[in-house]
Amino acid sequence: MILFALPVALVIIFGYALNNDYKNIPIGVLNQSKDQTSEKLINRIIGSGYFVVEKSLEKPQDIPSAFKLGKIKLVLYFPAHFQKELYHSKKAQIQLIADASDINTAINTTSYLSGIINEFNAENAREINGGIQISTRMIFNQRLLSVYLFIPGVIALILLIISALLTSVTLAREKEMGTLELLSISPISPYMIIIGKVIPYLILSLLNSFVIILLGIFIFGLPMTGSISLLILACFVYTVASLSLGILISTRVETQQAAMFASLVTLMMPTMLLSGFIFPIESLPLPLQVISNIIPATHFIVLIKSIMIKGAGITVIWQPFIILIGMTSLFLFVSIQSLKRNN
Amino acid sequence: MRNIFILVRKEFLQIFRNRQLLPFMTVLPVIQVILLTFAANYEIKNLRLGIWDLDQSTSAQQLIHKFTGAKFFQEKALISNQKKADELLMKDEVDLVLVIPKDFEKALHSSNNPAIQFQINALNNAKAGIVQNYASAITQDFLNEKRGNSTLLASPKIIPITNYWYNPTLNYKTIMLPGIVAEVMTLIIILICALNVVREREIGTIEQLNVTPLKKHEFILGKLIPFWVIGHFIFWAGMTLGKIFFNIPMVGSLGLLELFLAIFLFVPLGIGLFISTAVETQQQALFTSFFFIILFILMCGLFTPVETMPDWAQYINQLNPLKYFVEVNRLILLKGSGLKEIYPFIAKMIIYGIGINLLAIWRFKKTN
Repeated sequence: MILFALPVALVIIFGYALNNDYKNIPIGVLNQSKDQTSEKLINRIIGSGYFVVEKSLEKPQDIPSAFKLGKIKLVLYFPAHFQKELYHSKKAQIQLIADASDINTAINTTSYLSGIINEFNAENAREINGGIQISTRMIFNQRLLSVYLFIPGVIALILLIISALLTSVTLAREKEMGTLELLSISPISPYMIIIGKVIPYLILSLLNSFVIILLGIFIFGLPMTGSISLLILACFVYTVASLSLGILISTRVETQQAAMFASLVTLMMPTMLLSGFIFPIESLPLPLQVISNIIPATHFIVLIKSIMIKGAGITVIWQPFIILIGMTSLFLFVSIQSLKRNN
Repeated sequence: MRNIFILVRKEFLQIFRNRQLLPFMTVLPVIQVILLTFAANYEIKNLRLGIWDLDQSTSAQQLIHKFTGAKFFQEKALISNQKKADELLMKDEVDLVLVIPKDFEKALHSSNNPAIQFQINALNNAKAGIVQNYASAITQDFLNEKRGNSTLLASPKIIPITNYWYNPTLNYKTIMLPGIVAEVMTLIIILICALNVVREREIGTIEQLNVTPLKKHEFILGKLIPFWVIGHFIFWAGMTLGKIFFNIPMVGSLGLLELFLAIFLFVPLGIGLFISTAVETQQQALFTSFFFIILFILMCGLFTPVETMPDWAQYINQLNPLKYFVEVNRLILLKGSGLKEIYPFIAKMIIYGIGINLLAIWRFKKTN
């Protein structure tokens, strides 16, 4: 039972908690100009809903202590004579001072703010002499929801860890208690042992994956634009790959504890960080991109996003399928070899 | 005191005897930290640009030049119809399609407002927002240059100058490394602590310890101290290698960080101990630990912001020890905060550590 409750609880918590939809970011304002234009711009910034002015600063020397308390993320600094400068020389600087010890927030806040300021400039320009009208189409994710980014990753991570843990620990337990030896002197071939061990977990994990994906669709509003049978096939292929990874681990270790450490320590963090779930794959350095490609979750995330969100057909995504099947065969082949060697 | 020392010695002997497990709690995590830190990069560059130019005019060329000349964009494909654009977006081969409609140049030179369209692959919402901002800024620049040539009447322009304090080069590694070290350390501490006691119970050796004159608190301290030492090893080995490989900044006092670490470690230890008292088998201990570990890691604020979580999640997150560690890392290592700023965090960890360990000891008494 815990094997169903656990993934469901995790997906629900992460589905709500993990997002980068910034709103009400606390910022500080240091306005040494106090003129119409700066007030107008500040109002525009507050009006955007992304920012709240948490603190008004008096002088630049106050900035470090404000940051050290960690309450505000950014200081918007209008130097003295801002407006005069603006109308005199047609350009004036303002400073966006971001607390970059939290880089993501720093980049996102400065990017939002620059966007607002550009928009403000463009409006002023249009009043004078017209501008280019830009229309933007956000493809696949019109409302820019972060669940589209995080839910597929969470699904892939949880399925992999649970499936791999289950099988590796179960087989290692048999080894520890000596029951595997009993099986291996019976006339059953190693293939049959593995298949027999894995099938119950396969069914369990598949059910698990369906439950999680249904949650994604009905609670978090993931779309389901592609073919359902293709999605089921993807889940099946991925689950088998994770289970066979578990088998592989179990053939390499002696005890349950070693199996647990091997599965958790070697799978969890790399899967999280290298599969494209947290960091975009295209910004990884080349050697890590190679590693990223040998992580099953990477390909499953591509599959889920392509099938569910983009509605891609098999002609677009045959590649990840082939890779996952190839990995599974490799894991199983190596496991059977080492089982045979043990006998 | 002597009893504790003997028990600690016994635990260390057992840890070092287990050749298969030892690397998993010492060397591998440290290697992993270094390897994974190389991954820490959200930097958005080399955005792949698809160009669909229906105007084929000089101005359109100039605009395209402006895009391809910017350091973020590189030209990837020339597109001639929407089908092709859809296909490239579907295959994830372009990030942005720039559509320049017919009569763009004509409109630019007349009093009409010319229009252009961005089609952005928005699967990654954060990236899409940034792409949109870059693209709008470039277009605005283009227009200013164009207009600057034709009319003398330029519009007033506010130029935002961005300063990134504490991390001017926006190097993710500086903050990711201490964060990942803390995560891996916490993962391992919770897991070994939870498994160790359950295992003793499963194989029956805990009964043997129970009939010795060892007191409960001596037993628990004897269990905790070796893992407390291992936690220190992982943390400082990771930080030392981080200093060597990535030259991570250490602005504040390392002594203060050590003080925080020494207190902090009792929290994951207590959590592990508590799990071990609440379950029957190693498998249950494993899945329960997994549940907490993955929650702690993903919600600690290292990868996704803490501030954007809904209120109830932030409320739960108060119990996430890693959240405090990540915060303290930032404060001490990057901003150089002193005891005055760190004091509340230390106080919270003391309360948390005492609380969770008392809870574990109480449960422990009940189960025996």
